[in-house]
Amino acid sequence: MQSFTETFQNKSKIISRRMFVLSALKIGVFISIVSRLFYLQISENIKYRSLSDKNRFREWKMIPQRGIIEDFFGQKIAENTQTFQLHMIPEDVPNMEVLLFKLARIIDFGENRKRNLIKRLKKRRRWEPIIISDNLSWSEFSKLNLFLNDMQGLKPVVALSRKYSKDGSSSHIIGYVSDVSVNDLKSNKFLKEINVPGLKIGKSGLEKLLNLPIIGKPGIQRFEVNAYGKRIKELELVKGAAGKNFRTTIDQEVQKFAQELIKEKSGSICVMDIYMGDIIAMVSGPTFDPNKFVHGIKEKEWQELIKNKKKPLINKSMAGLYPPGSTIKPIVALSALENDVINPKKLVNCTGSMELYGQKYHCWKDKGHGFMNLRSAIKQSCDIFFYETARKLGVDRLSITAKEFGLGKKVFNSFIEEKSGIVPNTKWKIENIGKGWVLGETLISGIGQGYYLATPLQLCLMMAQLANGGYEIKPRIIDDRYAVQPIVDAWREEFTLINKKIDSNESGLKKLYKNKENVKFILDALYGATNEPMGTSYRSRFTKPEYVYAGKTGTSQIRTISAEQRESKIKNTDLPYEQRDHALFIAFAPYKNPRYSISVVIEHGGAGSSGAAPIAKKVIKKVLERHEVRKKYLLDLYQEA
Amino acid sequence: MIRNYIQKRNETFADKILAFDFILLFLVLSLGIISFFAMYSSERGIFSYHTQSHMYRFSIFFLLFIIISFFRVQILYKSAYIFYFIVLLLLIAVDLYGVTASGSKRWINLFFINLQPSELMKVALIIFLARYYAKIPVQSVNNIRYILIPIISVMLPVLLVIAQPDLGTAILIAISGLIVVWLSGFRLKYFLYSSFILLSFVPIGISFLKPYQKSRILTFLNPERDPLGAGYQIIQSKIAVGSGGIFGKGFLQGSQSYLDYLPEKHTDFIFTLFSEEFGFLGSVILILIYAMIIYRIGKIGAQSKNNFSKLFCFGFASAFFVYFAVNMSMVLGLLPIVGAPLPIMSYGGSSMLSIMIGLGIVMSIKIHNQDEIN
Repeated sequence: MQSFTETFQNKSKIISRRMFVLSALKIGVFISIVSRLFYLQISENIKYRSLSDKNRFREWKMIPQRGIIEDFFGQKIAENTQTFQLHMIPEDVPNMEVLLFKLARIIDFGENRKRNLIKRLKKRRRWEPIIISDNLSWSEFSKLNLFLNDMQGLKPVVALSRKYSKDGSSSHIIGYVSDVSVNDLKSNKFLKEINVPGLKIGKSGLEKLLNLPIIGKPGIQRFEVNAYGKRIKELELVKGAAGKNFRTTIDQEVQKFAQELIKEKSGSICVMDIYMGDIIAMVSGPTFDPNKFVHGIKEKEWQELIKNKKKPLINKSMAGLYPPGSTIKPIVALSALENDVINPKKLVNCTGSMELYGQKYHCWKDKGHGFMNLRSAIKQSCDIFFYETARKLGVDRLSITAKEFGLGKKVFNSFIEEKSGIVPNTKWKIENIGKGWVLGETLISGIGQGYYLATPLQLCLMMAQLANGGYEIKPRIIDDRYAVQPIVDAWREEFTLINKKIDSNESGLKKLYKNKENVKFILDALYGATNEPMGTSYRSRFTKPEYVYAGKTGTSQIRTISAEQRESKIKNTDLPYEQRDHALFIAFAPYKNPRYSISVVIEHGGAGSSGAAPIAKKVIKKVLERHEVRKKYLLDLYQEA
Repeated sequence: MIRNYIQKRNETFADKILAFDFILLFLVLSLGIISFFAMYSSERGIFSYHTQSHMYRFSIFFLLFIIISFFRVQILYKSAYIFYFIVLLLLIAVDLYGVTASGSKRWINLFFINLQPSELMKVALIIFLARYYAKIPVQSVNNIRYILIPIISVMLPVLLVIAQPDLGTAILIAISGLIVVWLSGFRLKYFLYSSFILLSFVPIGISFLKPYQKSRILTFLNPERDPLGAGYQIIQSKIAVGSGGIFGKGFLQGSQSYLDYLPEKHTDFIFTLFSEEFGFLGSVILILIYAMIIYRIGKIGAQSKNNFSKLFCFGFASAFFVYFAVNMSMVLGLLPIVGAPLPIMSYGGSSMLSIMIGLGIVMSIKIHNQDEIN
């Protein structure tokens, strides 16, 4: 019995001893748990607090209202309009299949769009609204609203979207907006910051150029969200800012009028204020409807646009390159006068062709013009005279004058689509073609053929800078809206004041000439070309004194004419479309106190005198008619301000 | 008859009440009250569902705890085997007639309560082994003849629970049992031998693990492995605790739990919620309460005169500690998620019932610490 009690006590001792060991272990574990707690809650508190906030808060950006683009008179060219959209919240839809089936019977919702939607759905959270259609017609929208109680999860939304004038008169200048693409995001840092699902950005023209200020700043809604991403409550609303509005120098009425004239043709019309550099109109034909791009263009319509031989998507005023042809002759003449290589009275006998190193060079008039002086050569556009002049002048000196007057460099430099054209010289040829200059190339440069390439806008600027007396202007398309005093004064005086100042060298304008008389001489010659018998655009002249203008035709060959062809005298209209000459015309108006310059280029339009000058005549009349309106509007605006 | 169960000799009812360990009583009660607040917060300030039911359970089981305290140790000692076998039968019944929820069969519908017998087994095994070893002399503990029954009594419920499947509870049951076996004098080296043998079976064991169990272990090793999947719970729990700081976010202000980032916030992760709202200071106070409960239980065991009482108290204190430590380590990212409730705090009737029975026995031992058992 004794031993039994003893073993019991022994056992009790073992138990207690082992419990003691265990207790020590427990204390260790307690300490480690508390240390862990200390580490998480005190040492790492800031890290976990920010993680917790990251969990809690989520931001939603709201699409800002895009700025409006207006013309000179405040008429909207690109505006925002209500569109009817259909959104869906997937988690609220009881049966997706049934809903989509019903939907297809109400709105245009084909198999393709259905598949696309299902694909998009998979990538999204169930509580996030998804846009099914962003441009419903009114009838679809009203029908939808009628059947809405039968279709849970759908949400008709009235939103803003871009709207352009349907006639497409300003499609090329203004451009268009469309969905943000992956490439846009990659190439544009600013866009990456403000990108919101559903945001549209400018893809061409002014819309692209102005993207930065015109988009505006997205508003931010901050929400507390739960683990499933559902918004619990709104915490903060940072108001966004609507995009900036822009006023252009365009006169929509002239713009529309000009567009109508070339809608069937492939070509360009540019009209510029020769003092302000304001672009009054700049159209490219044929045009397209930019509204189609806003909600994503249909494949079929896209194919039609890019397969069209007349290339409606290209802004030919800035991106079309044409040999300037005879329209360069005023510059050749001016350059020759400035460099003193010819005497204006000197006569050249034009026999219809001349020879140089065994190569025959033809005048457009086979019979020849007979004896020509500089003025009559410009007036009648005698090629032989200008071959001769160019030979004396040399291509390098010609290129300097041409560049000064705006050829060979971008006019705006801010449009991505704009091209700079080519003003060749000896250095240019070696650098770009790798061969030495040949004298024959100088001859054809004198009539604006060969390597010479210019955009219609450059030709218009060249004309403007001649017409204003030979001063540099900076063309502009965005109006600063509030007229400034000196400009308003100048307008009041019809810029005669500026002319006086120009004379007295007070204007601060950059002179492009050496001798003012030379410019005057050229302008007078151009007067002859339009208003005197034998002048190349005599048939397109105005007799009413207030419309009288002066201009120079140009016909640029785009093929080499073989001797046989020359013999057979094939008419231009008999040739296939692609081989016909381009018709060009540059002019300024009115001849007395000039204000506007114009360039017309009609691709494959035949001779400049018949293909381009008659169109220019109509536009000039329109522009001059609008002049008083423009003046009055500007002065009124100034009074208001 | 009943008087005989409760009273012996000339002990009066008043004497028994005076003999209560009031500190332990107070600690358990305060833990209960803290748990009400935590439960209320887990329901975002709604009283009706979990909080209410948790309060009912606590009140009923607290009463049960008091009632059990009045029973003489002798009676409890005698009913130890029966208790174990009843729970074992319930475990077998779960296998046959159990209620399946979220992929595992753990509950049995007893009409008035959905009972989880595996939770009860935690305490039943301790009392069974305490009684078994109470009378075995020290020299015989390591005798092969006396090892068989403990092994069977531990393995049987563990295997049944693993089959449910509920790895977490099975491990906790095994640990509870093994602690008692070890306290009784079983040699450590045998534990080591058997651990080695077990370890050699690990590769085979892994192939039997359910995919979710495998992913839990892998996730524990690297929580960022799959932050939105299996690692989500650990990451969110750590964020909740860590963001609490020294003073916490305030009662009902825990954004992690309020916005549903915290999983299982009223059961296994109740401490996370508490810690987020009451911070480091609150958490340390809570941990101190647990530590004192464990200390009081140990102290009662140390003061008791018989080996059954000692074994049970030490065994239960250690098991209680293990439940606490495993749960804490789990929510603090020190152990893989195994599904172990925090005693008394976590929502769940069976777990609380099991704890309260254990505490009742401990209290009975305190009151009757002069009793002999035979």
